[in-house]
Amino acid sequence: MTELSFEPFLISFKLAFFTTCILFIFAVPFAWYLSQTKSKIKPIIEALTALPIVLPPTVIGFYVLFSLSANSTIGMFFEENFGISLVFNFTGLVIASCFYSLPFMVQPLQAAIENLPKSLIEASYICGKNTFETILFVILPNIKPALITAIVITFAHTVGEFGVVLMIGGSIPGETKVASIAIYEFVETLDYDMAHIYSAIMLGISFIVLFFVYLFNFKSKAKHV
Amino acid sequence: MFKIEVKKILNGSMGEMPLEVNLQIKQGEFVALTGTSGSGKTTLLRILAGLESIDEGQITLNNTYWCDSSNKKNFLPTQKREIGYLFQDYALFPNMSVLKNLLFVNKDEALANKLLNMVELEPLQHQLPNKLSGGQKQRVALCRALMGKPKLLLLDEPLSALDLNMRKKLQEDILKFHEEFKITTIMVSHDPSEIYKLSSHVVLLEQGQIIKQGLAKEVLLKTSGSQKFSFEGEILEIYSADILKIAIVSIGSQIVKVVLDSSQAKELQRGDSVTISTKAFLPTISKIKTPFS
Repeated sequence: MTELSFEPFLISFKLAFFTTCILFIFAVPFAWYLSQTKSKIKPIIEALTALPIVLPPTVIGFYVLFSLSANSTIGMFFEENFGISLVFNFTGLVIASCFYSLPFMVQPLQAAIENLPKSLIEASYICGKNTFETILFVILPNIKPALITAIVITFAHTVGEFGVVLMIGGSIPGETKVASIAIYEFVETLDYDMAHIYSAIMLGISFIVLFFVYLFNFKSKAKHV
Repeated sequence: MFKIEVKKILNGSMGEMPLEVNLQIKQGEFVALTGTSGSGKTTLLRILAGLESIDEGQITLNNTYWCDSSNKKNFLPTQKREIGYLFQDYALFPNMSVLKNLLFVNKDEALANKLLNMVELEPLQHQLPNKLSGGQKQRVALCRALMGKPKLLLLDEPLSALDLNMRKKLQEDILKFHEEFKITTIMVSHDPSEIYKLSSHVVLLEQGQIIKQGLAKEVLLKTSGSQKFSFEGEILEIYSADILKIAIVSIGSQIVKVVLDSSQAKELQRGDSVTISTKAFLPTISKIKTPFS
């Protein structure tokens, strides 16, 4: 039996943490734009945003790999100017994860903003506040349950990633070997004991995370009724 | 002096309807905007607040532009118009206490306390809005609307969701604030007694056009000729009592009995809309109670 290493879990959580932070900063203004726009291209943007829910992760992984690899324009640009390779390392994983988890962050936020009474936003403008202040002081505090849901689900979804990670990251120990890949490899090498331990840890963590999200939402709903 | 000259095509339930308004409002005036639903009252208020665009025309306040269809640069965004707006649904920020709702506009704590004191809500200043009654919420919203010392106060049927007693209380509050701060005010209302009590100028809007404006007396009293009492009502029932015919008529929220002569009784039937009028010579008036002191 291989020795139990927590490194794959740490990488999984590090990846989920970075992905969630980046997506949060990007998704709040993006969800705001989607909730307010009357543009005709809104359905196109919404469809593109939702694509990762439908697409097999391997497809996302393949396209990201294709467009970021050292032979691609973007990949070459980063390689030549910054000396950074965007695939088969942690940076590549974060980029791909952001695509993969995008809808899980954007959709709850957009729905929550659209459900807020329009008069709240207008009242904030009338109080003399600009869009940024309105989002920060009026919108975000009043969509707290959706905010928590979006953050936790994005985090959890990234922890649960497999296909994208396999395509972009390979399985470099200490760099891109996340928990889900480690489990896959244990099963491949017929090391069922380790696979059991790793799987049980993942199951436990995932349940606890989701339980606290639903508990929080349950409590905050009870408070507002 | 506000000069309002706007045109906008509205898409209502009746199809397209042009809203065309030419209006001048003097500093400190209290204008009531009335008319049937869908006549464009709220839209006009939203245009004044900068929440809706116009197709043609301009709005100016003492020669500064608020909007101007011929020059987009003259558009003054909502944030810079220095207005107060009272929404039908109060629009208080649920995450902020009563006091913080007021201080969100600016940090003038002395003014916030003064306003809350005037509407007797100081004891509730640390409560969240969802703990308040409808009347209390609207009073907080009224205070918040005044925090920025607005140049124009817009009231969009602010009292329509409240019961009669609460309405009267808030009418007093609105009047009190108007006398204290002399803010130019435009209020949308359907309630003739409210309009009469509060406003100095009434504008009647129908189908997007101003069809009448002037003093409340001139616009609201539906009298013609020498009739002094005149009410519109609906016949609920006509019945015989000995040799008389008697009609039960509903007028507003009241039901009255009217004696008909036989020729009238033949012409009228249940469901007819009627005008009941009389020459108001020596009517009987008796006091029920004195208003809030």
